[in-house]
Amino acid sequence: MFGWEFPPYNSGGLGVACLGLTKALSELGVEVIFVMPKKLDIKTPWARIVFADDARIDVRAVNSMLKPYVTSRSYTRDGGIYADDLLGEVRRYAALGGAIAREEQFDVIYAHDWLSFGAGIEAKRATGKPLIVHVHATEFDRCGGPSGINREVYEIEKEGMEQADVVIAVSELTKNIIVREYGIRPEKVRVVYNGIDEGTAPSSGGSLPRLRSLKASGYRLVLFLGRVTLQKGPDHFLRAAKRVLDRNPHVLFILSGAGDMDDQVMRLAAELGIGGHVFFTGFLHGADRHEVYKAADLFVMPSVSEPFGITALEAMKLGTPVLISKQSGVAEVVKHALKVDFWDVDEMANKILSVVGYPGLRQALAENAAREAEYLTWAQAAQKVNGIVHELVQ
Amino acid sequence: MKSVCFYFQVHQPYRVKRYRIFDVGNDAEYFNDRGESNLNNRKIIEKVARKSYIPTTQLLLELLRRHPEMRISFSFSGVALEQLERHAPEVIELFKQIIDTGRAEVLGETYYHTLAFFYSPAEFESQVTKHRDIIRRLFGARPRVFRNTELSYRNDLGEWADRAGYTGVIAEGWDPILGWRSPNYVYKPKGAANARLLLKNYRLSDDVAFRFSSRDWSEWPLTSEKFAAWIGSAEGDTVNLFMDYETFGEHQWEETGIFNFLEKLPEELAKNPGLDFKTPSEVIATYEPRDEVDMPHIVTWADTDRDLTAWTGNPMQKAAIENIYALENDVHLANDAKLLEDWRKLQTSDHFYYMCTKWFADGDVHAYFSPYESPYDAYIAYMNALSDLRLRVGKRR
Repeated sequence: MFGWEFPPYNSGGLGVACLGLTKALSELGVEVIFVMPKKLDIKTPWARIVFADDARIDVRAVNSMLKPYVTSRSYTRDGGIYADDLLGEVRRYAALGGAIAREEQFDVIYAHDWLSFGAGIEAKRATGKPLIVHVHATEFDRCGGPSGINREVYEIEKEGMEQADVVIAVSELTKNIIVREYGIRPEKVRVVYNGIDEGTAPSSGGSLPRLRSLKASGYRLVLFLGRVTLQKGPDHFLRAAKRVLDRNPHVLFILSGAGDMDDQVMRLAAELGIGGHVFFTGFLHGADRHEVYKAADLFVMPSVSEPFGITALEAMKLGTPVLISKQSGVAEVVKHALKVDFWDVDEMANKILSVVGYPGLRQALAENAAREAEYLTWAQAAQKVNGIVHELVQ
Repeated sequence: MKSVCFYFQVHQPYRVKRYRIFDVGNDAEYFNDRGESNLNNRKIIEKVARKSYIPTTQLLLELLRRHPEMRISFSFSGVALEQLERHAPEVIELFKQIIDTGRAEVLGETYYHTLAFFYSPAEFESQVTKHRDIIRRLFGARPRVFRNTELSYRNDLGEWADRAGYTGVIAEGWDPILGWRSPNYVYKPKGAANARLLLKNYRLSDDVAFRFSSRDWSEWPLTSEKFAAWIGSAEGDTVNLFMDYETFGEHQWEETGIFNFLEKLPEELAKNPGLDFKTPSEVIATYEPRDEVDMPHIVTWADTDRDLTAWTGNPMQKAAIENIYALENDVHLANDAKLLEDWRKLQTSDHFYYMCTKWFADGDVHAYFSPYESPYDAYIAYMNALSDLRLRVGKRR
């Protein structure tokens, strides 16, 4: 299995998905060799942190400078030189992928997202084994639409999907993009929704004491947590915040995460005159992340285009009501959530104000969301993947 | 002799439109959606009239002509009647014709189709009186048998109906209450001197109302002949078939054969010399009560629990229903007819049903009849409208 990030060294949902899926697959008796590019010497920490108690997963590290979640803008804005380097890395990872495949014993090749597709294709070329590509996001999602997509990235994605024996999409939404934009036959594309596992509650870091004191003084907390990029819609979040605060000043907005729109959203908060009610926390890990989810009265995921949106499940699992964009894969599977079109800032504000103002709504959402999240597991996803693997092996 | 007793429920609520917080203080029209969604009350009333009320009533008129022995009964909510008067008056004319045959009884209920009995006795009485008035005005009839919203029943409702001079009350024939007893007899409600209890035979009623078009059902397709045979072989004095009128043409579409089924049913029943038709009042007058039935807790028609949890089970429903009845005194003090009417329209039980989260996640569209995207959207629209109503009450006082 070719990936590119893994907890705790992950910056988004992909690493979480790889961990959840590999773990659940191993519980079904599937042996997973997880290959990833990483310039750090990760041998010891990976084995210790992630797989210490699970000998069936073997981590192979490939030296690389790849960064997950680079957007097309960030790797093209430096005049294309960086882009050349990145694509060079992708090619190098691909070549190494072929070499590793020749050394290992396995039945099926599995590649997560475009940076590892090349490695998957090379492995298939080297061994003739069937290839599954798992699409967690497409270039269209990362760019928030068809304008400004990077053609080379698109071509790599397209080739990976074409060479694959089966394409796994994280939602119908993503499947539609794969069929429409990449010309893949719909019969070849299967939808496997992400899951969420029983999280071990991190020991309370207590690094966000201010949140608790603000809550105690009668404020309601509304949380955005995700990369601060066009795709995730942080600007829509702030515009809704403005509408909310015009009506109810006892609400605070937490914008948690980092990304290429950091400066832009801070400027926007100031322009809207709501700077005093918006807190920028930067990227949160472990206990802090857990705490901010729990402290929030509402988690908002206003994504412009969200192939799945695992953060919504994380919040639900902790009993936090969620408001999610209808342009998200998770909205296809989750019922006990408020939903809104990302562009409908008025409706977003209406729903935020309702959650803030009506305790019955908060309580019903919290109870039902936590219960619903119990059923959306990685075990379920792994079972579907395992079925596909067995089809290919026979 | 054994009787078949039909009662059809005619009800349409005033659904609250998508009402945002930003509308509070600016828009006092909560029920006037004019869009394409199922929140457009006028559009729905016109559609239900076309698909169900008109063809079914025309068919029943024809059947009453063909079968002089046939008897039926109706319960009309006041809010359904006033919407029909405004948007589909031809339906009212057909209902008048059917009542004028003298072979269709009209039952009593609350004008606004509410659960007021359990929340405000005074409000309940007002709504029953208002319902009696519209029934007298439109049909010249006076209800003798009472049917509470959602068939909700408790001993004290039987006592109330007895005191108010009704000859009977209708309730669900729920096995855990009845035990070994059959719903096919007349009973005496606990605490009542003269009134009688008529119990719905939910198995046979639901065979038509819910299962008729279900291909997963081992008895599909249900023919009039087969159904008449089941009724014929049922033990007891009376088989009470109580169902929504929309069963015909709306819940079960014309293509399912529901109208053919209804058309053939009277002649199939007539082939059995041991069967006749009776209205609820005639059943009560004919058969002696077999036993006393004790229902200390609320029983309704709904789902496997047969209680009120489909309307009042979750925190949203509890908050909504508490909030609406908490306004009672202030609404009366405000002394404003439109305000009083809006407050009452917001008491209709459907609003609370739309907020039910019990089966929402199952994706069971049959269990979740709702014009809203989710129970949460239903609650948000309702609570925002209620916030506006509260504001209006405050201004008038």
